[in-house]
Amino acid sequence: MSNTELHQLGVAELAAQLKSKEISAVEAAQHFLARAKQHQHLGAFVAIHEDTTLAQARAADALIAQGKGGRLAGVPIAHKDIFVTKDFPTTAASKMLKGYQSPFDATVVTKLAASGAVTLGKLNCDEFAMGGANENSAIAPVGFDAAQPVRNPWNTERVPGGSSGGSAAAVAARLAPAVTGTDTGGSIRQPASFCGITGIKPTYGRASRYGMIAFASSLDQAGPMGRSAEDCALLLSEMCGPDLDRDSTSLDVPAEDFTAQLNDSIEGLRIGVPAEFFGDGLSADVRAAVDASLKEYEKLGAKLVPITLPRTELSVPVYYILAPAEASSNLSRFDGVKFGHRAQKYADLNDMYKKTRAEGFGDEVKRRIMIGAYVLSEGYYDAYYLQAQRIRRMIADDFQTAFKDCDVIAGPAAPTTAWAIGGKSDPVSNYLADIFTLPASLAGLPGLSLPAGFGDAGMPVGLQLIGNYFSEGKLLNAAHRFQQATDFHLQRPAGI
Amino acid sequence: MLRLTALHPVSYRRKHMALTSNDIDRIANLARLELSLEESERMLSQLNGFFGIVEKMQAVDTSGIQPLAHPVAAIQDVVLRLRQDQAWEPNQREANMKNAPAQSEGLFLVPKVIE
Repeated sequence: MSNTELHQLGVAELAAQLKSKEISAVEAAQHFLARAKQHQHLGAFVAIHEDTTLAQARAADALIAQGKGGRLAGVPIAHKDIFVTKDFPTTAASKMLKGYQSPFDATVVTKLAASGAVTLGKLNCDEFAMGGANENSAIAPVGFDAAQPVRNPWNTERVPGGSSGGSAAAVAARLAPAVTGTDTGGSIRQPASFCGITGIKPTYGRASRYGMIAFASSLDQAGPMGRSAEDCALLLSEMCGPDLDRDSTSLDVPAEDFTAQLNDSIEGLRIGVPAEFFGDGLSADVRAAVDASLKEYEKLGAKLVPITLPRTELSVPVYYILAPAEASSNLSRFDGVKFGHRAQKYADLNDMYKKTRAEGFGDEVKRRIMIGAYVLSEGYYDAYYLQAQRIRRMIADDFQTAFKDCDVIAGPAAPTTAWAIGGKSDPVSNYLADIFTLPASLAGLPGLSLPAGFGDAGMPVGLQLIGNYFSEGKLLNAAHRFQQATDFHLQRPAGI
Repeated sequence: MLRLTALHPVSYRRKHMALTSNDIDRIANLARLELSLEESERMLSQLNGFFGIVEKMQAVDTSGIQPLAHPVAAIQDVVLRLRQDQAWEPNQREANMKNAPAQSEGLFLVPKVIE
């Protein structure tokens, strides 16, 4: 196999070729590092350190030579810059953390390293994971002097989605076979949809949040993004597992091999189709692609079942009360005292806090901190925060009612395909575009997006599958069977 | 601690008012954020736009429903664990202090806190 095609391999094939020593981890790393340089204009990476990567690759080769090495030995991956890493800087795409070097690795990073994966670098994202287009990064990507929006490889004038936009762009442009992302309100699923790749957010509590810079603690989850469900299943199996002493929200649920069920038959699989996901706000081209993919599922033996998720619309205000509230609390640690940015000029301690935070945070982050501080303040806590948490339970209960009649729920991941960079100027109207991903986030359910076709101007469309708690295996199985019968996930942007 | 805020007549009245620039100043102070005049004005109109979306949420009857803090608590009891009170982190003061904006002799330097 010529090296020029290394980036067309899935994770399993790459891992197999590394294990059989057809290629070395160093060759694989060099190949992808060269690709990252070649496609720098996308802005996907915010940190690359070739020496560090090659040292990891040499270590992987040494283990492979001894017949050791984990399931992903030598496989190059990259981490969203929300995961702290000892060997690469971590910024959360914020000026607040420019130059920050973490003294520890996130658990997800440690686990993937233990499986043998080699880190290519850190991936661009929206600042503190807040955004839906990766236009909110405040850190210059590799090759640039100033912050840039990340570009969608399918059309570089369009957004890749967010907040895991760098992650999605990297996979779509084959700069890494698989990467990590995080999903709080859809930040894995929506960019996966916009970039024509596969991504999964596991059940809340499955993957440790230790070392994952916190945005909204009751919503944040780590997950893999790759070309295929199989790629995602391989990474997710390494990423999930209890981390009881370090993450108090980590569930004591054993690690699982999510590849075990991939090839199960989906004959008779009941796919719930929520009426509320197919209303007027859904773009015609997305509707057409999603409808066609559901017909494909019927051909594979699945049964479509009409269901209702009546509080879908409420998920927008509920999420945009809860997530900013939690963010305002989580981001209060950025005060210029022990780490991160500190203002140069200030009158006193209070002034230092205010100027540090004014200088370090971007507009979207400030906006969400303000919303959060307001809804948690005296006189408003019950009316906003507690009310939102109660409706959250009702939304979770609605899913349980729906799952009585179906095994998985399917619908679009986003109402439209990727829009033009700079095309959405009203930040608040952006919030409405999250409507299909927010419900599963609020309920803590696992959700996946897989490529389901193309819309207007050849832009990718993702099909979202939502499963009941702990059913990631079933979701990945359903996605895998679709990918065995179709080839949307194998399509490449022009020039890739 | 008994929460009386939901019954407080002032909070009931506040629910139905749009934000004012005094609110923006008050919240920015709580959040320790310095906002320029232009930023404050923009924030005011954006937040008021946002709270327009939120009104629908206010109208929902949630009597008798318990708030859901940990999502998986929807289907099973989730108890916040306590781990063993055992120190297991190594002493790595230098590593932990290497990002300090100002330090001296192993101490973080900050502006005077107590007058």
